[in-house]
Amino acid sequence: MAYTTENNQSGLMAKAVKEGIFAGLIAFGMFLLFVGIETYQDINNQLVWRTRWGLLAVFVAVAAIGRFVTVGFIKPHLDSRKLAKAKSGVLEISDEKGFFRTHFLKIALVFLLCYPFLAMLIFGRQGSLKYVDNFGIQILIYVMLAWGLNIVVGLAGLLDLGYVAFYAVGAYSYALLSAHFGFSFWLLLPMAGILAGLWGIILGFPVLRLRGDYLAIVTLAFGEIIRLVLINWTDVTRGTFGISGIEKATFFGIWSFDAGAPNNFAKVWGLPTSSVYYKMFLFYIILALCMLTAYVTIRLRRMPIGRAWEALREDEIACRSLGINTVTTKLTAFATGAMFGGFAGSFFAARQGFVSPESFVFLESAVILAIVVLGGMGSLTGIAIAAVVMVGGTELLREMEFLKHVFGPDFTPELYRMLLFGLAMIIVMLFKPRGFVGTREPTAFLKERKAVSGSFTKEGHG
Amino acid sequence: MTTGTTTMTKDSILKVERLSMKFGGLMAINDLSFEAKRGEITALIGPNGAGKTTVFNCITGFYKPTMGMITLSRDNGKEFLLERLRDFEINKVAGVSRTFQNIRLFSGLTVLENLLVAQHNVLMKASGFTILGLLGLPTYKNAAKAAIEKAQYWLEMADLVDRADDPAGDLSYGAQRRLEIARAMCTGPELLCLDEPAAGLNPKESLTLNTLLRAIRDQGTSLLLIEHDMSVVMEISDHVVVLEYGQKISDGTPDHVKNDPKVIAAYLGVEDDEVEEIEEKLDKGIIEEGTV
Repeated sequence: MAYTTENNQSGLMAKAVKEGIFAGLIAFGMFLLFVGIETYQDINNQLVWRTRWGLLAVFVAVAAIGRFVTVGFIKPHLDSRKLAKAKSGVLEISDEKGFFRTHFLKIALVFLLCYPFLAMLIFGRQGSLKYVDNFGIQILIYVMLAWGLNIVVGLAGLLDLGYVAFYAVGAYSYALLSAHFGFSFWLLLPMAGILAGLWGIILGFPVLRLRGDYLAIVTLAFGEIIRLVLINWTDVTRGTFGISGIEKATFFGIWSFDAGAPNNFAKVWGLPTSSVYYKMFLFYIILALCMLTAYVTIRLRRMPIGRAWEALREDEIACRSLGINTVTTKLTAFATGAMFGGFAGSFFAARQGFVSPESFVFLESAVILAIVVLGGMGSLTGIAIAAVVMVGGTELLREMEFLKHVFGPDFTPELYRMLLFGLAMIIVMLFKPRGFVGTREPTAFLKERKAVSGSFTKEGHG
Repeated sequence: MTTGTTTMTKDSILKVERLSMKFGGLMAINDLSFEAKRGEITALIGPNGAGKTTVFNCITGFYKPTMGMITLSRDNGKEFLLERLRDFEINKVAGVSRTFQNIRLFSGLTVLENLLVAQHNVLMKASGFTILGLLGLPTYKNAAKAAIEKAQYWLEMADLVDRADDPAGDLSYGAQRRLEIARAMCTGPELLCLDEPAAGLNPKESLTLNTLLRAIRDQGTSLLLIEHDMSVVMEISDHVVVLEYGQKISDGTPDHVKNDPKVIAAYLGVEDDEVEEIEEKLDKGIIEEGTV
């Protein structure tokens, strides 16, 4: 017995060494020209080259040692753990969940409700600004946008690459209507939603016959059309200059957050002047809007219309054979998703006090869609987690001053945000191809509610 | 006068008249006329490529026929011209539902949800087109409860109660076939069209299918089915229509069709002149009908 294990051990080591050397050789071959040789311009503006053997050696060593450790230690360790689990007879699929997991949503909600106060307690009045605004509000806007897009992409299975257009419609509705007519935030919030919903229907009509890639291209074009109209219709939108000085939201007209107003919130309550109250107020508004989105989505899923959306994602032809009008079903999906985009847009305008076409580029659509896919299409919890990871992660990059010591003083971490975003997506998709939450909660049940594995659900064809 | 009406007591639910369907230069159906009687199981059979599924797709609105008229008369006396209705209206307004040759279930939804989706139009009305339902009014709650009861009834009929909360994609092939039929029945149709319901079933599953189809007929729903499996066709159908190259070659009771030399020729591939020969012999009485 002892002999065989020893024999195994030495065999394993030999294999690890062999694979390590092999990986090193491949790394050497791959990086020889990329890393080992560098070209640059000398003083005479001539292109010359020099070698970087040291750096190349580091790359090769990392590859070789990494492979050696993986094969020699990490993999056997994982295998033995799996074996032990299989021997113990306990299946990995168990319904036992920890306290944290079963009460995750309640804990998250309580945390979010306390979050601004916690931030103020820990970081002080001015210090908390960053945490409430950059992290809290920013993430929640994306959560709301992604939840809105989730209705179109995750439930109805219609791939929409131009979602940011509705966000823009909402934002400009608020900016223009408040500037021209002086309507308040609370009146314009629903109006912006309705206008965006209307645009959702307008987009929906021409694309009803399209599916899959074709639908994606046309929605992409729609997003660009809206942006280009905003840039070029200078009489109304002031083009690339954008619209500034947008009125702030008020506390239902009772208190204002304008510094000069007599009913200023801080003055009325005798608090020291600070912009943090407005940010906190905005945080609660967007939190409430997110909750509204989640509530409506959850309720709609249990309605015939929500089930029809999901059925549409699964099989459109079968839907028609069951007497479901797929035209109105698709249009309602577009309109509902767009409406939440419009709410988020008007909130965005109120928060920034400034809107310009810069904020509504295709990249935003892509980020929102990435959050939906990463979170697990259709799952609200998964999408919220994905938004925290993706948006919070990129915000966090700005904070990482210490990276400057590693990569030199010219290094600006924000510039690498998209690179890291992509890298993170690839890693998540490798390990969780169906997103963070790949299962689907059924909307009705006879005896017990069992989550539907992601391998049965479809992504939709358009 | 009255004695001759014994066979005419059943009026027709579906009347197909002079139906033609052209795909480019190909005549898939050529001047086809037949009737399906109320409360009967009508089978549409024929060799591969005879145009059975095309007829089906014309009836259920997936194709618009080049020519011809498809009339459906409902129990309440209303008549609908199916070729003029939009695809989803054929189910919603005219009460015709169908299944597919390659099963089309909502595989990511549970079995129960599949049956609830089928009751979309009823629930939609009860929920006041979602608005009243969002407010949580009792009308929708009651309708939802009734919908689950109806689904449960059909789950029992299709022997799927134990699998109600499993994803539809997780069911075995035979169970998926039964679920598709149950789902079609949940729309409350007067005519159920089945496209090869027994395809890929083993003999035992085939038998349970027969029982299910008979039970559906006895409840008052008429059936129209395409089938290759002769054991199913001959066993359960009241009336058989045989197609070949888009044309009707025989029409009658299973026994009549079984012994029709044209049908045999179509299925076994007899030369054309040989068919004429046999027909001649039949006419002269050299061989008796039924022995061929």
